[in-house]
This record gives sequence, structure tokens and C-alpha cells, in this order.
Amino acid sequence: MTEKKPNKRVVITGIGIVSPIGHDVETMWDALLKGKSGMAKTTIFDASTFPTSFSAEVKDYDFTKYTKNPELHKDGHRGSKFAIGAAAQACKQAGIDVESDEPTDGIDRRMMGIYLGAGEGSVNSDIFMQALVNTMNNETGEMDWGKWAEVAFGGLDPKDELEQEPGMPVAHLGLFTGARGPTRSCLTACAASTQAVGEAAMLIRRGLADIMIAGGAHSMIHPLGIMGFNRLTALSTRNDSPTTASRPFSATRDGFVIGEGSAILILESLDSAEKRGVQILAEVLGFGSSSDAFRITDMHEEGRGAIKAITAALEDAGISYKDVDYINAHGTSTTENDSIETKAIKAVFKEEAKNIPVSSVKSVMGHLIGATGAAELISCLMAIRDGIIPPTMNLEEPDPELDLDYVPNKARKAKVDIAMNESFGFGGQNNVVIVKRYEK
Amino acid sequence: MSSARVVITGVGSISSVGKTSSEMWESLCAGGCGIDKITAFDPVGFDCKIAGQVNDFKVRDYIPKSFRKSVKLMSRDIELSIAAADEALRNSGIITKGMDPENVNVEAGRFAINLGAGLISCDLVELEPSVSASVVDGKFDIQKWGSDGIEQITPLWLLKYLPNMLACHIGIIHDIQGPSNSLTCSEVAGLLAINEAAHIIARGDSDIALAGGAEAKVNPMIMIRQCLLGRATSDNNDEPDKALRPFDADAKGSVFGEGAGIVILESIEHAKGRDAKIYAELAGIGESTNINPVYEHLEADGKGVQIAIEKAMAEAQIGAEELDLIIPHGVGIAADDLAESKGIEAALGEAVSKIPVWPTKSMVSNTGAAAGAIDVVAAVCAMREGKIPAAKNCENKIKGCNLNIVTEPVEAELNYVLCCGYGYGGQTAAIVLKKFDG
Repeated sequence: MTEKKPNKRVVITGIGIVSPIGHDVETMWDALLKGKSGMAKTTIFDASTFPTSFSAEVKDYDFTKYTKNPELHKDGHRGSKFAIGAAAQACKQAGIDVESDEPTDGIDRRMMGIYLGAGEGSVNSDIFMQALVNTMNNETGEMDWGKWAEVAFGGLDPKDELEQEPGMPVAHLGLFTGARGPTRSCLTACAASTQAVGEAAMLIRRGLADIMIAGGAHSMIHPLGIMGFNRLTALSTRNDSPTTASRPFSATRDGFVIGEGSAILILESLDSAEKRGVQILAEVLGFGSSSDAFRITDMHEEGRGAIKAITAALEDAGISYKDVDYINAHGTSTTENDSIETKAIKAVFKEEAKNIPVSSVKSVMGHLIGATGAAELISCLMAIRDGIIPPTMNLEEPDPELDLDYVPNKARKAKVDIAMNESFGFGGQNNVVIVKRYEK
Repeated sequence: MSSARVVITGVGSISSVGKTSSEMWESLCAGGCGIDKITAFDPVGFDCKIAGQVNDFKVRDYIPKSFRKSVKLMSRDIELSIAAADEALRNSGIITKGMDPENVNVEAGRFAINLGAGLISCDLVELEPSVSASVVDGKFDIQKWGSDGIEQITPLWLLKYLPNMLACHIGIIHDIQGPSNSLTCSEVAGLLAINEAAHIIARGDSDIALAGGAEAKVNPMIMIRQCLLGRATSDNNDEPDKALRPFDADAKGSVFGEGAGIVILESIEHAKGRDAKIYAELAGIGESTNINPVYEHLEADGKGVQIAIEKAMAEAQIGAEELDLIIPHGVGIAADDLAESKGIEAALGEAVSKIPVWPTKSMVSNTGAAAGAIDVVAAVCAMREGKIPAAKNCENKIKGCNLNIVTEPVEAELNYVLCCGYGYGGQTAAIVLKKFDG
């Protein structure tokens, strides 16, 4: 590693999404601008008696239309299948020839990699739970592992078991795209796909890849996932009104609404994009990453880690806080996040804090967990393209403590050249990516 | 702007062959094997009844008093990572806030953490009462679970099982405030995490990083998964120390275990600035991916492994004949080991017939996300001691494998060591370590 690495400009040449509010970028964007919520009663499993019985599901999605070889991906978990659709769209836009034995796009596969923030497949809970029921020996009060093994071996499918591995969406994309460059999968909770995009951009910047297929894919709408978040009291329990439940920055916010999906961006060195003559959607200008090192259960009260990540991203981008036109907030609609995120923004943006539009698309799309940052980064690109900022919906009752410009309830026209995407995850994971309108 | 030279200044490991890296090294030199009958749970009904367990281990021994209440939030994976991190930090001479708040010698904001982690298995005993409360007519009833069962689960349950919690707990104990990432790429996650941490230092975003991997695979959920996938051996339950046979014609499958491997990486300026003992330099790193429709196996020609090694060798700017040792992935699954050997041979050419190859899993077991990192720790020990211990259980090389597996201990100066690995599912990685020469 003694060689000094080049410092290449990184641009975005393709985007794709499979989300609760649309299975393509334009549909998703239109829904965000109109505030058409993706939330409804959960149908993936029977959640009717859970503290939270609704979610933002991807519905009527058929991954087979995106691939010539659906049998290779048919056993994929929900996240893996979402990733195929999102990657197919993004690759098509970027002119990347997928599923071809002899690609004609001129891209060196060894210099094309994949980096996703991706999550686990669901356990087969019917069999898993039944195995547990059978395992308890009521006479001794001990677990009878022989019985556990009997039910589990009898019922669990090896393919489902394999698909529980969080790295599987990346494995599917490897097969789908033929990428042979650096390939990684990370899972830093709700900040994962922002981190994936950021680290992927750094690989290109340092000349270790020409193209990175980057983003996220995740579904935690499964019994253990919903149980886990419900026990943490992180989810909204407004079961009577799913579409108004996600209300970031509102005084009446009571938790996030869980969603699922995949968002993929094609990151490319400017050299490669120019050489291939593909359309450039935006430039990745900066990345900042930090950890709170505070508590497992809570964010640092003053947003120490968030401030550090935002500051690092601005420094990396070589810009001042005054240059940022729009902040796409993590804005989960939990009491803690929205309050501390606001503090962090005030600390970094000082006198400008109240002048910068800050919005949370989670109010409409839900929280896609590992995939959320990449999905939100795509909304930043659309804001730059169309000169319009997506609203924070359901902000009817402002929290007096939270006094930034959250773009309440209505999309707003504004020139956006530089947008910042913030993602913060459980355990104190902070990741920030800055994108800019492309200029030669 | 920091230079791109990254060095290793500390190592730590915990596994079935020792609770420290020096214990591991002594055991490996003596041909010791940590694989034995499973006692963590009763494996009756499981095809594979053996594993590489860490016995008599208490995480409290590694945690400052003020953090001890967080122990109840720790899964086994987290506990193991904390132990190896503690050793690596002490070994490096770094003093963190958690170790001695009066004498901290590292800047929290310039300190990164990057770990490979597995899919953490939930504790079934912990889940059971909630399930027992949700039975209707002998069957599990999800509606009853939702209304009555889940209330019996500890509120912070989820936080024990998020893969990023290894790095978060270590980060909190040792006040690590720089970039923190958790890579979930099955059995190559530890190597990839070391690679990424090296990139973070090389690009100047941190001066120092704690990197590696940890995973606890000795539990019913993982054992069932590996048995169902046909990756675990079922033929050697009576001879645990002969069970895992890397690159051997009689290989019948892998044996899983638990452990952690951690290294402290630093920019060379930072290490020299504090007069640290430098063990090795990361001369080259490479990554690629395996492309195989049968996701749980490596592609037959090992192409993904080949590309990762070629990239690492190119970055190290050395020829194959300069390598003094290769520590391969070698899981004991015949088809995968053969494919890996082909990939290594394709990358290095005829030189493979001469370069000593030392697989470690026959002794350590397959520790998943920890595996590659434990191998890097073993490589550092081998370089430091100028010795390659004998491989175990590879007497009868698999047909078509042209690797030079060391059957007798070798004493030699080791200038360049290659560690490589792959995950089932796809990702591959390689690291070339160079003995530090100033």
C-alpha cells in the first residue's frame, strides 16, 4: 500500500429503487412530493395483535421482470429480491450490461464492485417457534434439544437458512451483474446504506474501483423484527391511523414506521463516466462517518457523534456549512432522534440553521432500516434535478423545542445545488453523504 | 495528509486454542486442537456434535468496573470481541479511557473501529418463555405471541443481536469516536474489515484503527443451519481432533467454532510517533467476489479468490516467489478447498509448489467472521517468531491440489505472508503482510 492513491472525482450515473411508495424512481418521487403514504396494515405476517400492527410494505412487486434468470434468485429473501429490481434499474440507466456472458459496455468487471448496507432474511417463524414449543420439557423445565433438532431438521429449508445471512443481497447482485471488484456488505443498523455509499465512493476516489454498485436492501417486517422494535418502544403504535403515524419533528411523534425496500446508486469515477459517455446525475462530494461511543441504548445528548459526522462530511467535501441548500434528515419520528438531530444541525450550521430546509421523507416512505439512507440519497438527487424539496408530512403540531424549517406538509420549489443526507443508527452510528449538482 | 503506509502494532485473539494470541501460538506450535464435543448445549439430534468452543471464559474479566452493567446486553459474539480487543490494545501499548482515564495516549476522534460480524443467533432459552405463553392447542399462535408473549421478552432484546453491537460496545468501553463499521460478509468478514480499516487510515480519515472479527457459532441455530446446508461434517464425531481436514482427500466437511481476532492498525507516522513496536506492514490488500449460482460453495475455479490475491500482490509489488507463507481459508469442505487451491494457483503460478501453506482451521475450527482475522494474528505471530508450525489433518492432499502444505514445522525468516479467504455467498479478500523493515 505504499503507492499514493489518486484522488478521483466520484459521480452518480444510475439510480434505482424498490420502495413502499413505488417500484421505480419517478413513482417514488411523485409520491414523496404529493405525500402519498406507503403505510397500511401489515400483511406479510399476522401482526394484528402486536403493539404495532401496521408498516410500509413493498406490495405487488415481481422481481422476475428484472432478470433473465429468475431461478437464480427465486430463493432470495425479500431484501435480495428488492435489490435485483433496484440494481436492474440503476444498471440500465448507467449503461451497465447485466446478465450477459460477454458484456458490451466496455467496463472492466475487476474494477466494478458492490457495496450494500443490507440485512438479514427472516427466520421461518412458524417452524422456528413451533420447534421452541416442542423443545420445552414441561416436567423438567429444561430445553430438550433433541426435540428442537427434530422439528427444525424436519421443517427448515436450507435455502431459507442461507438467505438469513445479511450478505446475501450482495451475493445475488454479484451473480446478476458479474462484478468482480471490491465487494462488501455492512450492517450498521439504520445508517448502513449511507455508510455503504460513502465507503464505496472512497474506493473509487482512491482508484480501487471504477464503478461501485452501492446502496441498501433490507426488510425487517418479520415477527422477530417487529417484536424487537416494539420492545424497544421505537415504533409508532398509532394503529388506527397508519398514514399519519410517521410525523417527524412533530410534538405528537411517537416512534418510527418500519418500511422495507432497496435503493441502488451507480457510483463511478468521473474518468470512467466521461469515457463511457453516460449521463451524469450528480457528484458525490463528501462523506463523514463517526461513532458516538456513548451508550448502546441512546444517542449522545448533545449529538456529539452526529456533529462529528456532519463536520467531517463538510470538510471532506471542501465546503462551508453555508453552501448546503438542503438537508435530508434522518428524521425518524422518534422523540430522541428528531430532538438530537435538530441540536446537531444547529451546532454545525449556526446562524444558517434556521434558513436551510430540512425534511424527512420517512414521513411518507417509512423507515427502510438498512436501506433507508440510500433511498433518501436518491430523493436528494431528485431534489437537485427538479428544484423541489420533498415535504415532511404530518407536521401539524410543531414541537416548540424543534424550530428549524422542516418544509412542513407541502413540497417546496427551491434551487438545490448541494444536498446533505444524514443517517444515524442504533449504537451511535453516524454517517453523512453530501451530493452536488454536477459541473465540469 | 497521512501517508498510505499502514502497520500492525497490536494483536489479540480468543478461540478454542487459547484465550490470548500467545496461548494460541503455543498451542498451534504444539499441534494442539481446540475441536471437541459440544457442551454449550446438548447436541443430541444434531448430525455434527463437535465444535471449537472457548471454555471457562468470563467477559467480566475484560471490562472496566464502570461498564459492567452493560454485560447483560451482550451476546456471546460481543463478549468474545471485547476479550480480543482488550488483548490487542494492551499488546499495542495504546491506553484508552476505559483502560486508564488518567493516561490516555490516543485521540478518540482519530480512532476507527471496523469489525466483521456474523448473523448473531438469538438465545433460544431466553425466547422460550414468551413462546410457551403463546401456545393454543399445542401449536404456536402468533396472535397470542403478539398480545401476551412478547411482553415477556426483555425490552432491549434486539440490541443484543444487531451485528454492529460488537463495534459499539468496544467503542463505548474504549472511547473510539472515529468511523465505525460492521461488515457482514460471513466467513471473510474479518479480513474485509481489516482491509477497510486500512483504507480508512490510508486515506487519512483516522490515524489508528481497531479491526478484525468475531463470531460465536456454537449454538443450535447456527449448527442447524450449517448441518442443513451440508457444510458441517457428520462423520467425525468420535475423533474431534481429526475432524476438520483442510485440503485433505478425506475431508468430510467443516467444524464450526467461536472466537475473535483483533489487530491494531496505525499509520506509520502515528506508530513511530509513539515509539510503538511495529509487527508488520500491510503491503497489499485485494478484494473481489465469487460468482456461483450455488451460493454456499466457492466457484470451481476459485476465480474470485484468484482476483483478490492478484490485486493484493500487485499492490504489494512483489512476485509470487517472494511469498514465504500462505495462510488459506481451508474450511475442510472438499469442493471448496479444491476450488480455493485452484484460485491460489491461478494467481501465483508455479511458485505455489514451493511456498509453504499452513491452514489453521483443523486446530482452531471455523470461526466464521473471526476466521480471517485470527489468521492475520497467527501470521503476525509466525513472522515475529520466524516459524511456521506444522499443518494438521492434511496428510493426504486432495487430488488436483498443488499447494505445498507444511507437514513439518519450518524455521525461517518470513518476510511476506499472504492471508486469503472467502465467504459462502461470495465475497473474497486477500492481504499481503510484510515484515516491518523500518
